[in-house]
Amino acid sequence: MNISIWLTRTKIGGGNFVKKIICNNLGLCSYYHSPTSSTTLLNSHLSNSTIRSKDYGFHRKGTFRFLYSSSSSVMFDGGRRHNATKAGGQLLSENDTENIVFKESQGEEFPGGKIGFTSEMNFLPGSSEKRVQCYRVLDEDGYPLSSTTMEHVSKEVGLKVYSGMVRLQTMDKYFYEAQRQGRLSFYMTSFGEEAINLASAAALTSDDLILAQYREPGILLWRGFTLQEFANQCFGNNAGHGKGRQMPVHYGSKNLNFMTISSPLATQLPQAVGVAYSLKIEKKDACVVAYFGDGTTSEGDFHAAMNFAAVMDAPIVFICRNNGWAISTPVTDQFRSDGIVVKGPSYGIQSIRVDGNDALAIYGAVHKAREMAINEQRPILIEAMTYRVGHHSTSDDSTKYRPIDEIEHWKTMHSPITRMRKWIERKGWWSEKHELDLQSDLINQVKNAIGEAEKAVKPQLRYLFTDVYEDLPTNLIEQERLLRETVQRHPQDFPIDVPL
Amino acid sequence: MATNLRRFGSIFIRGFSSSSSVLGSSVEAHLLQPPVATGTAGKSINLYTAINQALQIALDSDPRSYIFGEDVGFGGVFRCTTGLADQFGKHRVFNTPLCEQGIVGFAIGLAAMGNRAIAEIQFADYIFPAFDQANTSTMLIVNEAAKFRYRSGNEFNCGGLTIRAPYGAVGHGGHYHSQSPEAFFCHVPGIKVVIPRSPKQAKGLLLASIREPNPVVFFEPKWLYRLAVEEVPEGDYTLPLSEAEEGISCELIDLKTLIPWDKETVEASVRKTGRLLISHEAPVTGGFGAEISASIVERCFLRLEAPVARVCGLDTPFPLVFEPFYMPTKNKILDAIKDTVNY
Repeated sequence: MNISIWLTRTKIGGGNFVKKIICNNLGLCSYYHSPTSSTTLLNSHLSNSTIRSKDYGFHRKGTFRFLYSSSSSVMFDGGRRHNATKAGGQLLSENDTENIVFKESQGEEFPGGKIGFTSEMNFLPGSSEKRVQCYRVLDEDGYPLSSTTMEHVSKEVGLKVYSGMVRLQTMDKYFYEAQRQGRLSFYMTSFGEEAINLASAAALTSDDLILAQYREPGILLWRGFTLQEFANQCFGNNAGHGKGRQMPVHYGSKNLNFMTISSPLATQLPQAVGVAYSLKIEKKDACVVAYFGDGTTSEGDFHAAMNFAAVMDAPIVFICRNNGWAISTPVTDQFRSDGIVVKGPSYGIQSIRVDGNDALAIYGAVHKAREMAINEQRPILIEAMTYRVGHHSTSDDSTKYRPIDEIEHWKTMHSPITRMRKWIERKGWWSEKHELDLQSDLINQVKNAIGEAEKAVKPQLRYLFTDVYEDLPTNLIEQERLLRETVQRHPQDFPIDVPL
Repeated sequence: MATNLRRFGSIFIRGFSSSSSVLGSSVEAHLLQPPVATGTAGKSINLYTAINQALQIALDSDPRSYIFGEDVGFGGVFRCTTGLADQFGKHRVFNTPLCEQGIVGFAIGLAAMGNRAIAEIQFADYIFPAFDQANTSTMLIVNEAAKFRYRSGNEFNCGGLTIRAPYGAVGHGGHYHSQSPEAFFCHVPGIKVVIPRSPKQAKGLLLASIREPNPVVFFEPKWLYRLAVEEVPEGDYTLPLSEAEEGISCELIDLKTLIPWDKETVEASVRKTGRLLISHEAPVTGGFGAEISASIVERCFLRLEAPVARVCGLDTPFPLVFEPFYMPTKNKILDAIKDTVNY
């Protein structure tokens, strides 16, 4: 149940206002601007309960609405609708308006809602003085932060997340090697981002639909996609997903509710909103989770998707892996905002920034975001701060554009796997022997999968023409016939491992 | 008139958005009253009303169908969705933000879940931001919709997707309300491209497109929305895609579907007449007429008695003031027919 408290603010001189809000026992909390103001505050887990109105461009006579949930220690808020466009949306009933302490003496019912006037010419700041903080549960040594709120993680889930991270890392290592040896045409690793992969997957149910980019194979791994299936797709053999038509790492699985990956960036995002709308209409107990990187947020499709999701009240969780690099482009060349998290509220989307190398923080935030997306039928944005420890792909050498020291620092000092291992060891769930067993077993499995996939036959020639449409149209039937005639005349021109 | 044309050779005209001005009243009469005897007889209605009927039937016959786009909620700028939001609710017929790539991307996702997503792009001129999704509306259309099935090895598809877009000249549209972008889409395997020429065609072809298990881009000749009037069966009926129509006359062929297009009908006609004239509003270079011409030369080389003629739009941006110069007009076509016959 939401309880709202209306508070007045105090003038402290210089035209600035300070609002003291006591929320010591509330963990995450948020601030909701009055319907008469044109500004929505970013929602974040603010440990500092004082907001300087100057930072956020509040108006002189506004009121704040402070919300918290009596049933949860975590509360996101801030914009089912922008205040100015829908007077508080569902959160504000007509009766509530009687409780407003200050009413604007002047204001206008613009299309979309009433907006007050001010004599002060205040430009909203382009960014706040203080960057939005990261939600974190474990410190670098695997100790929980003293005041943190965390989702309960069972031994089973904790160990599965950890072993999944190791599994992903091992698969990446040997697949990458296979590409270096010329056995695979291409590969992309997820080094450094294992926590986002596995912990987010763990916080979802298998009914939740995934529309990912290309650095999230850990979700498939969590859901049961086998090493052999990964290898089959990468080698483009007859058993692989997609019948050898796409480059390696473009996985997909209907059974596992994971839509096939597409190379163009951000195209999956507006699609994800459409999928979410379908779930909404069918009243499914599930949401859509869409993954992407920091570079992708510069694409128009990202903005289209955020706006569509907000307007459609779509049950979707956007998870941005801000790993600092879009191939060679650093985030400083990518945007001038405080990362991605601040973009959410401008679309009316509740947003949170999370330590992407802290599996427990990811798990908790995604778990909560999923609950909100489904129960409240709204989109949520999560920005997971991390670092791309590997090269962009096997076609890239990132030491050409970033210092090796920087890579090493993140690799050794901020490994999400190491941090998780420290925590499960401290819990008494894991030991050196467990680790050795896991490693040796895994290496054999990965090597076998590669060997089997390499030996398997390629897809038949007919798959070149099928699935363009549901049925073969006449032009393709004719082109297949002509091609087969050509192959018969000039067999030496064509690869022999493709069965005719 | 249509029968008189026969001796001049085969004429292929794609999309009769200018049919009245191009061919004169007697041909127009044929165009607007094609002898297509599908469904029961109905009232005389115009093309946008026929589209509206088809959309109403689509929503009524399949509870998992949705219609959306810019200004669709109040009926659309061409009134094609009039009354639908009231009848079926705002959760099934709704406005979207002003963002074509968003519309098409959203539609692909909706269709991928087994729904029939009927997206309206307000003008075909604005379909380009979506090219990727369909490939964005062209890229969304080109890279996403068109490859959704193929890239997943048929595990996923967005066959329930239909993208409607008013296209072509309207007399005063200038650069950005007149274009005919069909050839871009025809170049992309995985989507079907359909263009109706009359109210009866529009209704039957649109319903077929909506129920087609592959994504379809459906271009509606906006000049004919109000101009073209004919008797249209009131009930539910579909017309087959990829079947050209000889009913207008033996020689004047309306392809209706460009991908996959009905080569056989055109080929049979050219074998008989030895001549072919192709006309479309889109720029001549790289237009779909080039594809038709190449295919017919491949198949009928020895039967041709004259070079394949093309009377199409100019290779310029669509010009406002010079629209009559740009268009494939009646006399341009008649001159070309004479040249072909006298070759």
